[in-house]
Amino acid sequence: MSTSETTDRGRLKVFLGMAAGVGKTYRMLLEGHAEAQAGRDVVIGLLETHGRAETAQLGRGLEALPRRYVRYRGAALEEMDLPAILARSPQLCLIDELAHSNAPGTEHAKRWEDVEEVLERGIDVLSTLNVQHLESLNDHITELSGIRVRETIPDAILGRADEVVLIDLTPEALLDRLRAGKVYPAERIDAALNNFFRIENLSALREVALRQVAEEVGAKRLTTELLGSREESLAADAPQAVGERLLALVEPYPGAQRLVRRAWRSAQRLGADLDLLWVRPPGRTLSEDRENSLAALGQLASVLGARLLVEESDDVAATIAETAARRGTTYILIGGSRAPRGLARLRRPLPQRLMELLPGVDVRIVAERSRRPDGEEP
Amino acid sequence: MSAYAVFAIAAAAALAGIGAGYWLPPHGRLAFRDRPRAVRRILLPFTGQAISRRSFEAAVRLAKAENATIMPAFLARVPMNLPLDSALPVQCASGMSLLEAIEQRAGSQGIPVDSRVGRGRSPRDALRSLLDAEHFDRIIVSAEEDPRRGLSYEDLRWLLERVPAEIMIVRPAPEDHRRISAGAVSGHF
Repeated sequence: MSTSETTDRGRLKVFLGMAAGVGKTYRMLLEGHAEAQAGRDVVIGLLETHGRAETAQLGRGLEALPRRYVRYRGAALEEMDLPAILARSPQLCLIDELAHSNAPGTEHAKRWEDVEEVLERGIDVLSTLNVQHLESLNDHITELSGIRVRETIPDAILGRADEVVLIDLTPEALLDRLRAGKVYPAERIDAALNNFFRIENLSALREVALRQVAEEVGAKRLTTELLGSREESLAADAPQAVGERLLALVEPYPGAQRLVRRAWRSAQRLGADLDLLWVRPPGRTLSEDRENSLAALGQLASVLGARLLVEESDDVAATIAETAARRGTTYILIGGSRAPRGLARLRRPLPQRLMELLPGVDVRIVAERSRRPDGEEP
Repeated sequence: MSAYAVFAIAAAAALAGIGAGYWLPPHGRLAFRDRPRAVRRILLPFTGQAISRRSFEAAVRLAKAENATIMPAFLARVPMNLPLDSALPVQCASGMSLLEAIEQRAGSQGIPVDSRVGRGRSPRDALRSLLDAEHFDRIIVSAEEDPRRGLSYEDLRWLLERVPAEIMIVRPAPEDHRRISAGAVSGHF
């Protein structure tokens, strides 16, 4: 793991496995030793040996910060000492079990949130995770294994990791390790063999873990390619559009979804990129309905591959014109507006103002189907 | 009437006009669509290229009776080889058309519609992400024998056990094969 020379944020490397006992913690410790031998300041923030002698043995030789005790309902619970890690500020910190839920009274509810804070301080982190703890896979794995895992982490945490390393072991080899007492103490072996550690469970979990890592690798490759092309486009002198680029003007209310769908279909036909723009009036708080509509618009934009832009301004036309010029827009789509009331009648209509501000840009008004006369409805 | 009085009346009228202009949308008060409303929300999730006509009609009947908004939701399945936040243009090609068709049909009957898109590794995962984000009063789903066409029996059981909303499961009659598909979109889309 290289040092973070180009960014202040630390780097996160996650060792992912299909189940307990595959060797994630062991591998994390091996890498910790290698980094320490290479001259880096390495500290164990938290190590869960689960009574495994090999793991405990490997932990020796690395500085380990003591755990702290948190009082909860009369009991003293052991937790990772986040303030101590931040105060010690090593170059690399080893933090086991990323999906762990902290005891109430600590800084964060989840350990991955602790890790985020450590990374924010510029400290690199090695951590471990079992695939069944990933939020989106939780239901799927419950179906496969019949056991629901309560501690989950958002997929985005793994997505943001700089490296994900799969610690793979065949189910047969893992079962051998289990029977040899290398995973759990003797009194827990029979229960484990009869519940979670069945060969069909492990085979399915292994497949999920392999797919997950393949997906992460694919995503990283795609991101790299996209960043490359973006850099190339930034290098261009003028923001002129090479092809068509559509800009749909939206507001967070239900009718906007339809406008976005129409804009997307038009963009598909033209082979164009699509931007969505909401010019938000300054200083106005949104009702719950509009917050929901805004979130739904964001989700729709994301699934369609469009980009949702929110600009805060009182001058709608000028903001649209500025955004269109910046984005190289060739085509603007707007929804039908309500009849103006009060002094708004004195203002020139938005399409007319846009035509004046953006010569050479097409402006299209998308009709509202519900206002079509009877007989034209489906 | 003195010139002073005429001037005072004109000034008062001008001030009243400015005040009214400010008070009317879009500045001073909440526009109609922003006002908080006690409207029930009926979620109508679907996964494939068509939706059971019975489910749709049940949603429309309930929405009319309860002054509710129908919220058709396209549940997009993200393949394992793609990141969860990937764009899904191929699935959207049918999903968006079907949303449009549902919106047109419900709109023609005067039912307000507010569409949604959910995304996940499975239809259930996509539905769960929607349910985590927003509250719905009712959920209307169609029982499908073929899980490739919608939510499986396992998914329906999960809905009943885990989701705190009224859930209506519509079982199509054996002779009922009527469905609303993306092809039902009226006109240019």
